[in-house]
Amino acid sequence: MTMTTLPTAVGTREDAGGAAGSTPAAPSGPRRRRGPSASQWAAVGFAAPLLVYLVLFYAYPLWRNVDLSLHDYTIRAFVQGDPEFVGLDNFAAVFASSTFPAALWNTAFFTVVSIAFQFTIGLALAVFFRSSFRLSGFLRALFLVPWLLPLIVSSSTWAWMLNSDNGIVNSVLESFGIGQINWLTSPDTALIAVTIANIWLGIPFNLVILYSGLQNVPGEVYEAASLDGAGAWRQFRSITLPLLRPVSAITILLGLIYTLKVVDVIWIMTTGGPGNASTTFAVWSYREAFGTGQPDFSPAAAVGNILILVALVFGFLHLQLQRRQEAS
Amino acid sequence: MHHTRRKPVTLVTAVLGTATLALVGACSSGGAGGGQASGGDSTTYTWWDPYPQHDASSDWEARVQQCGEEAGVTIQRTAYDTTALTNQALLSAQEGTSPDVILLDNPAVSTLAETGMLTTMDEFGLDTADVDANLLDAGVVDGETYGIPIGANTLALYYNKEILDAAGVDPASITDWASLTAALEAVTGAGHKGITFAGIGTEEGSFQFLPWFWGAGADLTQLDSPEAVEALELWKGWLDAGYAPNSVIQNSQNTTWEEFLTGDFAFVENGTWQVNSAAEADFETGVVQLPAKDGGVAPAPTGGEFIVAPVQSDEGRYEVTRQIVECMTTPEGFVETANTFAYYVPPTEEGQEQLLAESPELETWVEAVRSAKGRTSDNLGTDYPKISEALWTAVQNALSGSATPQEALSAAQADAEAATS
Repeated sequence: MTMTTLPTAVGTREDAGGAAGSTPAAPSGPRRRRGPSASQWAAVGFAAPLLVYLVLFYAYPLWRNVDLSLHDYTIRAFVQGDPEFVGLDNFAAVFASSTFPAALWNTAFFTVVSIAFQFTIGLALAVFFRSSFRLSGFLRALFLVPWLLPLIVSSSTWAWMLNSDNGIVNSVLESFGIGQINWLTSPDTALIAVTIANIWLGIPFNLVILYSGLQNVPGEVYEAASLDGAGAWRQFRSITLPLLRPVSAITILLGLIYTLKVVDVIWIMTTGGPGNASTTFAVWSYREAFGTGQPDFSPAAAVGNILILVALVFGFLHLQLQRRQEAS
Repeated sequence: MHHTRRKPVTLVTAVLGTATLALVGACSSGGAGGGQASGGDSTTYTWWDPYPQHDASSDWEARVQQCGEEAGVTIQRTAYDTTALTNQALLSAQEGTSPDVILLDNPAVSTLAETGMLTTMDEFGLDTADVDANLLDAGVVDGETYGIPIGANTLALYYNKEILDAAGVDPASITDWASLTAALEAVTGAGHKGITFAGIGTEEGSFQFLPWFWGAGADLTQLDSPEAVEALELWKGWLDAGYAPNSVIQNSQNTTWEEFLTGDFAFVENGTWQVNSAAEADFETGVVQLPAKDGGVAPAPTGGEFIVAPVQSDEGRYEVTRQIVECMTTPEGFVETANTFAYYVPPTEEGQEQLLAESPELETWVEAVRSAKGRTSDNLGTDYPKISEALWTAVQNALSGSATPQEALSAAQADAEAATS
């Protein structure tokens, strides 16, 4: 999870907060027009910068990615600008590749396990910090550290801690009589190791969003519940969880998208190895394009497009979910 | 982005946002367009090199500027990371904004030459006959030479003299694989760590494995030959016997050097560029050639940069560019580069002799460079990066135990064939 995700996350949280019940006044956009009036032209004018921005920085790269994946961009063709149109050949090659099943499994494992733990631990901490106690603000700030550190720093530190021969993790394990575990260099544990690091990195994001979601749950509900004799666990199950559901949904969805696209953590810790043991789709795509001496943009773009499609499916799923919640 | 809560807009934004988040992480279709336009005016010439560690106040910068002054122009130097440099060069060529001069890592020369973005040295009227053939090879594609090496470096075996003395190992006895393995057995028996090398899953991993691969007599066109399997079994055997640490699978060359500097390791496979650092180590160090399987010096891969001149729309710029290239490639120029960098062996015999007259202690390295072999040679050219990827993957798979050396290399050969056909 990168620092750059922060603005989007905060923006979306407002949406989620809205979905949770509060209704902030919405500035009205251009309505369906029956013939442009002066005010509508003005509206278009105000929207223009945004539209230009979206086209330049969202639509164009997206189109370019599709373009790359449908042509055979050898490096010569890339420079000369005369690639051969190959249709879906790049996709066929990706699906037929021996890396594909490995990357599919690794991506699924990495994403699902990361999110399960990030969310559970993030929620537990959010509930824990809900009851203000001395130093709770300070402690909560400390939990944000993983988010504030540059990824290259935290990933390198994890790689160092998990080093087979000199890592602090193994030296602790060995003092308890557990033998050396080759965290990053064994095909059995490399994926688990990068997943652990990614969970640690993702907890602050979950903590912050779920904590602010908890602020929207009115305290009287808990008061009433405790008067009725509900214990802590009962309160959590019957109040916290249901009232947090919209926020939880968006947290998990965003976490899903962020986790799908993680390259840096894995690349710094294992470069997707040993072999393909920790290669996810995102790492595979990065490796094809930038990881070797010979940039292979077309297969890289094909893998990237597959990732986009996967993310889109979940995006629509979320929209569907949200619509149903708003309707009920 | 999320100013409005009206459904249709939210939907579009969400979809675009979702798509782009994945896009940014997955593939930025060629990276950001940071290509610097080559200086529009005729007195500023642009120069890219892969030495970001040398900033504007460095000796290297002064050396570059001096070449510009002699040609009567100002040089605007930009430094990139090695891999980023290849990508930036490709992008700039696509946009028609190539710099006048690039110093390029040697295996990348054939890649860029293939795109048609480089001029040949013939066009520039530069003679490359003096340059050692094994070093020039990396810049030759289909009989045309696309650049001149400004210096060369390669790999050898550094040793920790104190450990070897304590274990009673004479470095001069290390002449083949058997004697090296015996030395490793002796030092680990004496309670020290044996050898460290870089088996990381990048080009560095292949670079470090090649001396053993070639030293066994294997060829890059046949990755699963019995000789290749022997080379990989040698590395794997060292790991299994505890002569090399398991972490070599993720080690980069810098990491292995740091490990060696701790004083725990008897040997490290590393390059010319650590000569100064070795001299400053807390213990006495020495260097021996990497041995071939049955004795003799194994051909190590050549490292080092080529000076290349990308095609310009304004051919009038070539005259000055030629002077700049010449300034870097005279015998004096080579020696000056070698002295500026301290680790660059000149690629011509004349230059090497001059360097040895000044610094006789570099003898081992000059010899190593002379018997070194270009990675893209044997007419592999642009196939090399693909073969190399298959090779380092095989090394990773075998060392990590997910496949036997034979299985790993058979799979690598299949992958390499598929990638290069």
